Amino acid sequence: MRKTVNTSSRITILLTGIAATLFSLWYGQNNGLLPVAASEDASQVDGIFSLMMTVATGLFLLIQGALLFSAIKFRRRKGDETDGPPIAGNVPLEIAWTAIPTVMVLLISVYSFDVYNTMGGLDREASQDPGPQKVSYRSGQHPGSELLAFDPGQKYLALGVGASPQQKEEPEEPLPVEVNGIQYAWIFTYPDTGVVSGELHLPVGRQIDLKITAGDVLHAFWLPEFRLKQDAVPGRETQLRFEPNRVGEYSVVCAELCGAYHGVMKTTLHVQTPEEYEHWSQEQQIAQADKLENSVAATPNSRSASEFLAPYAERMGVESQTLEQLKASPTASASN
Amino acid sequence: MQGTTTDEYQTNSPQEVEAAAEHEEHEDYRMFGVVLFLIAESFIFLGMFVAFVIYRSVVPVWPPEGTPELELLLPGINTIILVSSSFVMHRGQSAIKNNDTSGLRVWFAITAVMGAIFLAGQLYEYSNLEFGLTTNLFTSSFFVLTGFHGLHVTVGLLLIFFVLIRSQQPGHYSSESYFGVEASELYWHFVDVVWVILFGLVYLL
Amino acid sequence: MTTQTEVSTGAQPPEPEVEKQRTWRDYFTFNTDHKVIGIQYLVTSFIFYLIGGALAGVMRTELATPNPNFVQPEFYNRLFTMHGTIMIFLWIIPAGAGFANYLIPLMIGAKDMAFPRLNAVAFWIIPIGGLLLLGSFFVGAPQAGWTSYPPLSLLTGKAGEELWILSVLLLGTSSILGAINFVTTIWKMRVPSMGWNDMPLLCWSMLATSGLILIGTPVLAAAMILLSFDLIVGTTFFNPTGGGDPIVYQHMFWFYSHPAVYIMILPFFGIISEVLPVHARKPIFAYRAIAYSNLAISFLGLLVWAHHMFTSGTPGWLRMFFMATTMLIAVPTGIKVFSWCATLWGGKISLNSSMLFGMGFISAFLIGGLSGVMVASVPFDIHVHDTYFIVAHLHYVLFGGSVLGLFAGIYHWFPKMTGHMLNETWGRIHFALTFIGLNLTFLPMHELGLLGMNRRIALYDAEFQLLNLVCTAGSYLLAVSTIPFLVNAIWSWIRGRQASGNPWKALTLEWQTSSPPAIENFDEEPVLWSGPYDYGIDVLSADSEESVEELLSEVQADVR
Ligand code: HEA
Ligand code: HEA
Ligand code: CUA
Ligand SMILES: [Cu+2]
Repeated sequence: MRKTVNTSSRITILLTGIAATLFSLWYGQNNGLLPVAASEDASQVDGIFSLMMTVATGLFLLIQGALLFSAIKFRRRKGDETDGPPIAGNVPLEIAWTAIPTVMVLLISVYSFDVYNTMGGLDREASQDPGPQKVSYRSGQHPGSELLAFDPGQKYLALGVGASPQQKEEPEEPLPVEVNGIQYAWIFTYPDTGVVSGELHLPVGRQIDLKITAGDVLHAFWLPEFRLKQDAVPGRETQLRFEPNRVGEYSVVCAELCGAYHGVMKTTLHVQTPEEYEHWSQEQQIAQADKLENSVAATPNSRSASEFLAPYAERMGVESQTLEQLKASPTASASN
Repeated sequence: MQGTTTDEYQTNSPQEVEAAAEHEEHEDYRMFGVVLFLIAESFIFLGMFVAFVIYRSVVPVWPPEGTPELELLLPGINTIILVSSSFVMHRGQSAIKNNDTSGLRVWFAITAVMGAIFLAGQLYEYSNLEFGLTTNLFTSSFFVLTGFHGLHVTVGLLLIFFVLIRSQQPGHYSSESYFGVEASELYWHFVDVVWVILFGLVYLL
Repeated sequence: MTTQTEVSTGAQPPEPEVEKQRTWRDYFTFNTDHKVIGIQYLVTSFIFYLIGGALAGVMRTELATPNPNFVQPEFYNRLFTMHGTIMIFLWIIPAGAGFANYLIPLMIGAKDMAFPRLNAVAFWIIPIGGLLLLGSFFVGAPQAGWTSYPPLSLLTGKAGEELWILSVLLLGTSSILGAINFVTTIWKMRVPSMGWNDMPLLCWSMLATSGLILIGTPVLAAAMILLSFDLIVGTTFFNPTGGGDPIVYQHMFWFYSHPAVYIMILPFFGIISEVLPVHARKPIFAYRAIAYSNLAISFLGLLVWAHHMFTSGTPGWLRMFFMATTMLIAVPTGIKVFSWCATLWGGKISLNSSMLFGMGFISAFLIGGLSGVMVASVPFDIHVHDTYFIVAHLHYVLFGGSVLGLFAGIYHWFPKMTGHMLNETWGRIHFALTFIGLNLTFLPMHELGLLGMNRRIALYDAEFQLLNLVCTAGSYLLAVSTIPFLVNAIWSWIRGRQASGNPWKALTLEWQTSSPPAIENFDEEPVLWSGPYDYGIDVLSADSEESVEELLSEVQADVR
């Protein structure tokens, strides 16, 4: 078969190319695959996804198209026992398909780098792993026989997503929340007010600073609508800083396998107007003052809460207490 | 075919399990295989060393508070013995290259004795330590690293013994054919280099 | 030069007069013939594929509904742990080694591997390791995922976890021994006229694979040893309760397990590079680029492991480094994909089962590769890490890539291995069911992950049910798809049409001997009379048609 390309097929190729490009551009923007974005950072991440979807759609059409076309056009005809043309390479073509992908991935890298930096991923205090921060010295032979304690001599460093470069300039202090992951629940402590809760309530439009740790095994704190995730590691603290800009109820999911009931380790994030949030906070403080004595959750700061819960690490399966906590949380019972 | 293979399999020494049986005049690739094997081995040690270095650099106090000081004298002497044994062993190989089987035997025997002294020294050190395997992260690393290395020394000793036994057979090793000698020596050098790094990391740093 | 190859031929000197035949019994013994070992590998690993697939079937049945009503959540965790481990360590890796074992000596004109007995040892470790792993079901199978992250893996049952560790150690050892053999054989035992750039591409990819095995697997072994100490003796290398650091385990694990994904794909890249030119009747496009890109992938593959740890203990600037190196891997991989397409382009493609699987491979692997580049982007990965998006990615590259490539190889070399042709119709049905089933099962998982479904869960939000049902249906289709293959393979092996020495008119050396090859592979040392992919050279000369045929029949005549 002759492989000379005549003008009309040239035009066809050109038009298909343009159509494919336009479709990729459109699909990259309008794929609707992601859930709502509830913060500015999340929208930025979606921007990367759009770009990558565009590139991927284009390459998908190009290569699947080439495969399909070959399968139809270059099929061996019945009775044709000859070989195809002995083309064993084409240097300009090879250079093109090495160089173009290189440029494309570098572009995606640089864009991702930029977004990551804007999110605060390179904040110097929040992007370094200081290693185990709470150290303990073993006295007995049995693991878990002693408690974790913070090493006092160390300066504060955490790992995760911190303040973005421009947030560092802002005078407003972020709202700190301490997050503790235990099998199979999240416990949120608001150090400013002493409120302890199984659900996360946050005011809209304010910087939030989550300090995340775990009491037993690894967990991962995931906010799908905020495109944020960070592992919770026993013995060290990790951080997530973000600013919700959309009132609503979002899910909080544990994304790291943490045991049999990993799947129910979920709760709800309520992003509220500042007034609603204030109201909720007051209510909690009053309620907790009442039952200070007989509740785990009322221990006024998370470190002692985690100490209290440390023995959990040694147990397996479902604790009756844990199950009760889970039943108490609405998302968990909904999915049960 | 089956019968023959199994028989040969049994009569071969372990270091030659990984090698073809023929001792004929063909070019033989067994040293090439041994080198590849040692590359793989070195990455096990590398993995452990890197883990050790990470612990060292991330744990706030290293070794953790309350870890007794390590004695340096005995392991120091041990190091010198092990390192010199490598040179001794090399003379064994030089001997067989000159078809000097008794030279081979003497030098290898001395190497074996030095290796045994090293192991004995290490056992003595273990028995006099004031900490155990699970005392803390440092002591666990100490025991696992030195123990894993000790295991390799033991294997090396076994290889030397095999060479010694084999060399009783007249003509088994000659200036043409001395794979066993060469392989066990390379292995020994490897174990030696690992020890030097280990000593630097665990005792000196 | 005959002398050179003889070193490897095991026990006896070649005796051409004595026509020895393989009997089925040879396959159950400690046989040192690389062809027997290759088939042992392939059959054993296929059995484990059925087991691993059956576990997946149970998982998918459980996931058909949001509630855990088919199996207990704890048992579900055991299922995916075993599924992942079996599929990786007992199906894909050994199957790749099986092809390499069978084909490399034939392709380079050797009589056997460099170290035949070592080869047999490497194989026999596999069933032992596999049985140990399966045995863990009786003592409480491991349930910490195939990644087995501490501290969870230290807390969920000692016996099962330790069996898992031992089994991984054994399988790793087997893999290292195999790699030593491959490198030595390829490096030293080619027929003298075969230079580096005349090697079939499978040899290049096995060289790259073996390099990764030699460097990566030992580090996994070190991790397993330390994990064992934590588990059994109570040291705290990875246990934060005693001051240890679980992140160190993750680094050691992924330092192996990322390269491992290339250990699992490179052999199949090699197979595809063999299959496509033969059935497209065209030379492979850009031989050198494909050959050297293997090495580039291996090298880069060693520098990207922490992309599995973007949300765990990796500092920000390191995340950026690993993002960049990871993305760069798209370049050498892209070179291959484009070259394969260019090989097909303008050829005379026979759409037989082997080719269909080959093209299906490119198509499905592309999707997995593109999602791979997406998850390499740190901000995006932070969202989708540990979700079904990752599950989708890994199945598109592992099932769509490795498994389809493997089937392409089986349809291609089955005549050589057994001396019988496979039935084409059943082969095409197998392909159609597999390809549809694969996309049905794994495509919706992308969306599940993006929407917020995390992986490794037995119970999930009701809103995800519809998509999950589609996945489950797809997985049943995949289960069904194995039936035509099994029937076809078994029937053809016994009864299939007799295959000639070179049914595909291929040019690589393994086709220049009888099917199945004689015990000593070649009666005479084969000669290279063309490059491995010189299809169509004859088209240039006037009387084209016959020349390849003639040349081949001449060679055949020599063989007989
Ligand atoms: C065969 C196995 C295989 C292969 C080949 C790959 C290939 C790739 N993988 Fe994949 N991966 C896995 C198996 C594999 N992976 C598994 C099993 C996991 C999960 C482990 C677990 O957690 O259980 C995983 C997880 C995984 C992660 C971690 C995700 C997470 O847990 O958060 C990442 C992140 O970067 C990643 C990236 C990549 C990349 C960039 C490639 C690249 O090599 C892909 C390159 C290919 C292409 C890009 C397509 C062809 C190229 C072109 C057409 C050129 C043009 C392209 C562009 C310009 C983009 N993989
Ligand atoms: C090569 C690797 C490979 C292959 C081929 C597969 C094949 C399949 N996988 Fe696999 N999978 C992994 C590697 C692989 N997987 C890995 C590494 C993980 C991660 C594990 C982890 O998180 O730790 C994973 C996880 C994983 C999950 C996620 C579990 C979770 O996170 O909760 C799911 C869920 O749907 C799944 C499904 C499937 C299905 C339906 C198939 C199908 O393609 C299978 C089709 C085959 C069959 C169905 C066999 C048919 C045979 C029969 C029916 C015969 C019956 C036999 C008897 C009864 C004895 N896999
Ligand atoms: Cu906590 Cu999963
Ligand atoms: Cu990877």
